[in-house]
Amino acid sequence: MSDEKKPTEEQSRRGFIKFWAGILGAIAGAFPVLAGLTMVLDPLRKTGSKGKLVRVTDLKALSNDGVPRVFPVMADRTDAWNKFPEVRIGAVFLRRTDEDIVTAFNVSCPHLGCAVDYSNSSEKPEFFCPCHNSQFELDGKVKNPDSTQSPRGMDSLEVDIQKLEQGEVWINFQNFQPNKPEKIPLG
Amino acid sequence: MKKALDWLNNRTGWRGLLKEALYENIPGGSRWRYIWGSTLTFAFFIQIVTGVILWMAYSPSSQTAWESVYFIQNEMWGGWFIRGMHHYTAQAMIILLVLHTMQVVIDGAYKAPREVNFWFGIGLMAIVMGLGLTGYLLPWDQKGFWATKVATNLVAAVPFVGPDLQKILIGGTEYGHQTLTRFFAIHAGVLPGLMIFFIAGHVYLFRRHGITPKEPLKGKDEGFWPEQILKDAVACLAVLAVILYFVIRHHGAPLSAPADPSEQFSAARPEWYYLFLFQLLKYTSAFWGAIVIPGVLMVVVCLMPFFGKWKLGHRFNLGLLSCLMIGAMLLHWLAINEDANSEHHQHALHDAHEKAERAIILAGAPAGIPSSGAVSLLQKDPKIQGARLFSKHCASCHRYDGHDGTGSGTTVKILLKEGDSIASIAEDRGMTIDEILQKNSLDQDQVKNGIQLKVNFKPSAADLKDFASREWLERLLIHDHYISPEYFGGTKFISGKMSKFLKKLDESDAEDLAKVAATLSAQAQLPYQVEIDAQDTELITKGEELLVDDFACIDCHQFVEPDDEASAPDLTGYGSTEWLTAIIADPAHGRFYGSKNDRMPSFGKDNKLTEIEIGLIVDWLRRDFYEPDEGTNSRAH
Repeated sequence: MSDEKKPTEEQSRRGFIKFWAGILGAIAGAFPVLAGLTMVLDPLRKTGSKGKLVRVTDLKALSNDGVPRVFPVMADRTDAWNKFPEVRIGAVFLRRTDEDIVTAFNVSCPHLGCAVDYSNSSEKPEFFCPCHNSQFELDGKVKNPDSTQSPRGMDSLEVDIQKLEQGEVWINFQNFQPNKPEKIPLG
Repeated sequence: MKKALDWLNNRTGWRGLLKEALYENIPGGSRWRYIWGSTLTFAFFIQIVTGVILWMAYSPSSQTAWESVYFIQNEMWGGWFIRGMHHYTAQAMIILLVLHTMQVVIDGAYKAPREVNFWFGIGLMAIVMGLGLTGYLLPWDQKGFWATKVATNLVAAVPFVGPDLQKILIGGTEYGHQTLTRFFAIHAGVLPGLMIFFIAGHVYLFRRHGITPKEPLKGKDEGFWPEQILKDAVACLAVLAVILYFVIRHHGAPLSAPADPSEQFSAARPEWYYLFLFQLLKYTSAFWGAIVIPGVLMVVVCLMPFFGKWKLGHRFNLGLLSCLMIGAMLLHWLAINEDANSEHHQHALHDAHEKAERAIILAGAPAGIPSSGAVSLLQKDPKIQGARLFSKHCASCHRYDGHDGTGSGTTVKILLKEGDSIASIAEDRGMTIDEILQKNSLDQDQVKNGIQLKVNFKPSAADLKDFASREWLERLLIHDHYISPEYFGGTKFISGKMSKFLKKLDESDAEDLAKVAATLSAQAQLPYQVEIDAQDTELITKGEELLVDDFACIDCHQFVEPDDEASAPDLTGYGSTEWLTAIIADPAHGRFYGSKNDRMPSFGKDNKLTEIEIGLIVDWLRRDFYEPDEGTNSRAH
């Protein structure tokens, strides 16, 4: 106990050194990591497509029989540094139920994004997701809520009425956040 | 918390490990001279962090490497900063390695029993050099491509297995996708892996033998933590500050034009820390300069711990190290000096910079980068290719703003022949005698027959900068300009009908002639005159009346209305893309100069230039190419 004063002085000197060694060491170590975070977080500034009005097909090409058919969606696409003119950016089901009534669904399953199939093997034709067995009516509604995991029906896409009158099928193509009860556009 | 840490300690013994790592005794206390190892470890840490982050955005293939690096450098958040840090830390590592080696040798820390650790250090140096070499290629730009090509060709100089080794390294006989995938794997996988292994060994052996204290001891013993660590941390921050200075000053790292095997790149040089080897290869064969001499020197350096055992061994080693350093610096200086004094190299640097800048502008244009890669952007760019084609095919007669289109070719060398005097040459070249003497660093009495003189280029056809613009045509329609070398002074048209016609006009016609010039210029539909052409419809209509009626240009020229008897060049669509393409293809066609054509070759008709090449020249002359809006920054190096 008689040496109480001396260690205190030494302790405070060492405390000072420890403090600054720790602080400066931490700054040096953290700097590259924190600086690097900017690049890692770069994708956050990307906003998704707010929807693109695209021509899918001629109305003539679509039989008036209510059977859904898959069509590719073509549009210009920017992928990081590349710009691709007129490439396939997705696919839609088109279904013509009357002379001038066409409905469009994004093929992407609203559950977790697998591509939904059209199945006419059962008595009643339906949309059927091959991944987690979600089932949808032909109008897009969830078919068997007890066994279907998807929280919402198929994502319908807006069909341009004016273009339809001119004999062409144009749709507002969009992707939506999966696994949400509401349709929230991606981005 | 303490409980949890105790639990973990009980299972892992981490406290012991930490204690082992931090509480190393430093005889004589902490010192600034011991910081180098830690700064190197810190630099390696920066490289690992920035390298992994760059990895997230880099794409190694010959159509995407440059493009992804462009994207990192110019488009991504903080991309230029991280890339700059990686680039300049790599260079800092070389300097720190040299300093560390010097400290080790000077303090005698290489001597027994630390021989193996010294060799580990040499191994680490080789790995760092390898990382620098492989990293240089990854952006797949002209600089990296051509410099690395030399480096990999040196591999072929290895006896017996050289050519096979080279094939294995570059993934075939030619540079391509596989070269990049291999170099990337070596750069980001093999070498860092080896480096971690070597650092572990180096630190283990260092701890096993302890620090080599500098005698006499400065004070009482201290610990690695916290005393030495404080000094190390300050040093690391200082290193970081220097790196950041360069990163910010150069806005990241350089990126030259996309690699193009068909495009000469005379500015090719390795990274500065390889310049001494580069220079050595100018004096010796590849086998000696790249294999034998560096190999022998490495072996000698590795033997230093054994030399150290002799009585004067340590001094010998200090001398050896000094000789190596001075030799490398001398070679380095020779290389830099040679380049600085080489007009050819300076021109190549200028050319490289221009193309790099242009490539970056085109990559950022709204049309973006096609999937064929950015290299095609430059190959199809009128601004770059038009100028080069002009310089090659047109500039022996024509000028572009006084030069050959690329900014050079303003001076030519001629022989002073019998009968010539410096005065006659001066007059011929539009120079004064003093100008000639000054240009050639000569005195009047040194000028004699047979001497070679640098003089101004003498054009024999028109200067085509701003061809068919209003200003260009306004000047053309003034007789004094018409007969000057700037227009037709070097051609037989100097005394033709047009010349005589213009001679008759006077200043009172100037205003009307300007209107005619505006009318003719509107025919060209120049992209940079679109706005004023649209505004001045009245002026242009008036000019048309003057052209047809008052000046009666249509007596000789065809204008709008077909005229089979026209004897001078067609003014319909004058200077337009179609018109220019046609006249370059065949100036001797009846629509243009016909039989009066003065020496201009029929480039298209005689297949001297392809349609695409003529198109590039035409677009370049008309400035019909992409330019960013003013105020857009370009960041080429």
